[in-house]
Amino acid sequence: MKPKRDVQPGTLALMILKTLDLLGPLHGYGIARRIEKISGDLLSVNQGTLYPVLLRLEQEGAIASEWAPSENNRRARFYRLTRAGHKLLATEKRDWEQTAAIIARFFDVKPGDLA
Amino acid sequence: MRALQRLFTRVLNFPSRGRGDERLREEIESHLAAQTEENIRAGMTPQEAHRQARLKLGSVEAVRADYHAEAGLPFLDSLLMDVRYALRLLRKSPGFTLVVLLTLMLGIGVNVVVCGVINAILLHPLGVSDPSSLYQIRHQQWMSGHALTTSYPAFDDFRQRNTTFSGMVGINAYSRAELVWRKAELEVAGYEVTGNYFDVLGVQPEVGQFFRATDEHGPGSAPFVVLSDSLWREAFNADPGVVGTTVELNKHPFTVVGVAPKQFHGTEQFEWPNYWIPIVNEEQVEGEDYLASRKGVAVTVIGRLKPGVTAQQATENLNAIAAELGKEYPESDDGQPLRLIHPGLQGDQGDVIRGFLYSVTVLAVLVLLAACANLATLFAARATDRSRELALRAALGSSRQRLVKQLLTEAIVVSLMGGAAGLLTAYFLLGLLGRWYPDLGHLAVNADARVYLAGVALTLGSALLFGMAPAGQAWKISPLQIIKGGPIDPMPLRRVALRDLLLGVQIAICTLLVTASLVAVQGMVYALHVPMGFQPQGALLVEMDLRRAEQEGDLALEKQKEIIEALRGIPGVITVGAVSRTPMTGGLHGIPIFPPGTTEFRLKNSVLAAYLFIMSPGYLDAAGTRLLRGRDFSWYDTTETPYVAIVNETFARKMWGETPAIGQHFIVWGHLTEVVGITQDGKYHDLQEPPQPVVYLALSQDEDEHAIFVVRSLRTPAEIAAALEPALSSIEPNVPINVESWYHSLEYYVLFPARAATAALGVMGLLAAMLAVTGIFGMAAYSVSRRTKELGIRVALGARAMHVLSAAVGRPMALLGVGSAVGLLSGVFASRLLEQIVYQANPRDPLVVAGAVVTMVILGIAAAAIPALRALAVDPSKLLREE
Repeated sequence: MKPKRDVQPGTLALMILKTLDLLGPLHGYGIARRIEKISGDLLSVNQGTLYPVLLRLEQEGAIASEWAPSENNRRARFYRLTRAGHKLLATEKRDWEQTAAIIARFFDVKPGDLA
Repeated sequence: MRALQRLFTRVLNFPSRGRGDERLREEIESHLAAQTEENIRAGMTPQEAHRQARLKLGSVEAVRADYHAEAGLPFLDSLLMDVRYALRLLRKSPGFTLVVLLTLMLGIGVNVVVCGVINAILLHPLGVSDPSSLYQIRHQQWMSGHALTTSYPAFDDFRQRNTTFSGMVGINAYSRAELVWRKAELEVAGYEVTGNYFDVLGVQPEVGQFFRATDEHGPGSAPFVVLSDSLWREAFNADPGVVGTTVELNKHPFTVVGVAPKQFHGTEQFEWPNYWIPIVNEEQVEGEDYLASRKGVAVTVIGRLKPGVTAQQATENLNAIAAELGKEYPESDDGQPLRLIHPGLQGDQGDVIRGFLYSVTVLAVLVLLAACANLATLFAARATDRSRELALRAALGSSRQRLVKQLLTEAIVVSLMGGAAGLLTAYFLLGLLGRWYPDLGHLAVNADARVYLAGVALTLGSALLFGMAPAGQAWKISPLQIIKGGPIDPMPLRRVALRDLLLGVQIAICTLLVTASLVAVQGMVYALHVPMGFQPQGALLVEMDLRRAEQEGDLALEKQKEIIEALRGIPGVITVGAVSRTPMTGGLHGIPIFPPGTTEFRLKNSVLAAYLFIMSPGYLDAAGTRLLRGRDFSWYDTTETPYVAIVNETFARKMWGETPAIGQHFIVWGHLTEVVGITQDGKYHDLQEPPQPVVYLALSQDEDEHAIFVVRSLRTPAEIAAALEPALSSIEPNVPINVESWYHSLEYYVLFPARAATAALGVMGLLAAMLAVTGIFGMAAYSVSRRTKELGIRVALGARAMHVLSAAVGRPMALLGVGSAVGLLSGVFASRLLEQIVYQANPRDPLVVAGAVVTMVILGIAAAAIPALRALAVDPSKLLREE
């Protein structure tokens, strides 16, 4: 079996932002589940590592949180994207796409192209 | 921007760290509950579901650590933890803590005191504007004490003719007066200065105004006085209304025109004049006019250079004028070249004082270095003791950086405490110095922020210095080795450990300091026993100012005779004599001596410049100066009989070589004078001077109204004064009499520098000795305690006491030997340094070397005794049962 890949540093925050952008307010467990699902179980998130990242994003003002009852009436902390978070997501997305595009171009180069 | 916001939140979070913990716990609980529920739905048993949920979540501890790192300020957090831990450790071993704190307190305290004194003497500005362009004018040859430059007319010529100074002031710094204000009488000392004084120095009055050059219109024209801030506060209750009122100085009225600012005290660091009066009015205070005479040396000259003019150009300019004056006034002006120095430190004494201070600084830094070496040894030993703990922490995942940081934190915590104690001590000592008013002068020691900043820097610097040793050890720690090997104590005999090196260095420095203080003590002893040519011990000085009683000429001489008779009549008095001034009270300058037959009394024609004293018959006896040949003066030597003189050996040798001097003639002060006696040589101006020619003239032929009476007696000054009062009231009532021990009056002027040097070096030596003892003791005690088990086994196997001893304290003793040798050698090589500090210092003196060796041996034995006894007392049976 091919080992599952670890999350690259820095990308987890982006995944969290995108998830919240798509699905609206979610609790920590929900976010973890969604990330796993979206990645098609290719990524193994050590679920605990999510929480320090959530805290950092909240301190940066990208997300906000509050206690609320969950779907099965348990107390859980729900996170939602703030305006700053939307903006952050947009810039991060652009940066990421740019980086990906540049790297992609380098992979596409054939010896003939440089002559 | 985002980073800033985060930092802000973190700082806000810092005090409420606990609550974040709570929040994480709740979140993890709810997370686990949700996952477990889902797992159950997927068909697991509840236990399995819970286990899987936990596995999926990962290590809660790691998450918590991460979470904390995000939530607060991890650096500050761990720092607080380290500080708390360090304090706990220090509390646990109070003996160690006390030793460390004391060592640091002394090391840092000494350095801060030295910094404070240097700050006060060398760096503290004089309270005048632009001191760098201010110069004191001195003669090339050291002829006239520390301060005085020229006669007043010569000064006036220099002032008029020079083209290089924007202003030049003349100062007589020896003004003394009795000040009367509203019937309150006060003895005060001050300066007589030219009118431009305050303007040239650039000082603004605190109250009222200053007198200026425009106030001067010839002698007696400006009866004004400026008060010093301290006199104004003490005697005039800081009353601003005093401006415009009249006070009496030596019975002459002077109008108070203003008060000088608090920080201004003239141009000398050690002098604090009480008042300033215009020099044109000096006669009213001095009782004599020195403004007209070219013969006396009356004023100190200080000038401010014009902008753009160098000291070199100014010197050339002045020398040209001096040469002109030498031609115009050949009888009084010798055309001597001049030089410029910065005023402030007693003329040329500045070099000596600076040299002394720099040397003391070096020694103080050495004390601190020795203290650091001491502490590094102690801390390294502790780190070795704690190596198991450190290894365990490393094994549990603590990073090396973290361990090093913790050990350094300990060092810094300790040194901050010690440094604070040191600063506090220094603060009190400097305060004491600042409030100390010896006769010699006063030094304004105000320890300012600069001094304390230096103290803090020294504290942190030493913390890093001695914190390095244990930190280095922690860095090299290998957890596996230590946990496997049980209590490790390699103490390899052949390898020189860092600790040994440190102790060696410490002992070497301490030996150097002990040598230095021994040298100082030796120098002091020499200074006390240098042949001064007179015996101040057992003699009293009786001073009364007959000038105040306005006695003139013959009448004054008669009075003096009567006083001598009265003094001689007091029971217990052995001999009495009078002299114009006693030796070593400054103010001496060469008087030209001409050969017989001279008609033109140009300085060029003089053959000798001699110090001159005027004395009564009996003075030599009373002063304890031996008359080698010839006779003493008698009251029958009068202006009617041939003029006679007594000269010292140097005078006789310089004038006539091997030819007998008695009966020879020379001309002094215009009289052909015959030598009738020869005295022994002595010291006249200072202890360092080479043999000087001296001539004594008879009081009965050159009367001087101001004479000091020297009384040789076994009685105390108070007894003599009490007996003198009734005897004198019939001769001269209402004249204040001052009686003091000659020896004590000399102490301040002559012995003070040697005393101060001895005290400073003695304290350093004492500190060094203490450091050496604690260092050796610490090392020996530590080595014994570490090796109790081994020593026990040795004793059990039949080792002799000698072997046990050498095993226990052999190494510290060997280090003591090596360190002392190195220290002694460096002491010998540093002799140049020591010679600067101490009069006649000679570290090569076998007495000093022997003294240093004996001291170090005694210190070593004292320090190693207790550990050695402890080693001998090891009881193997008890020890083996214990383990």
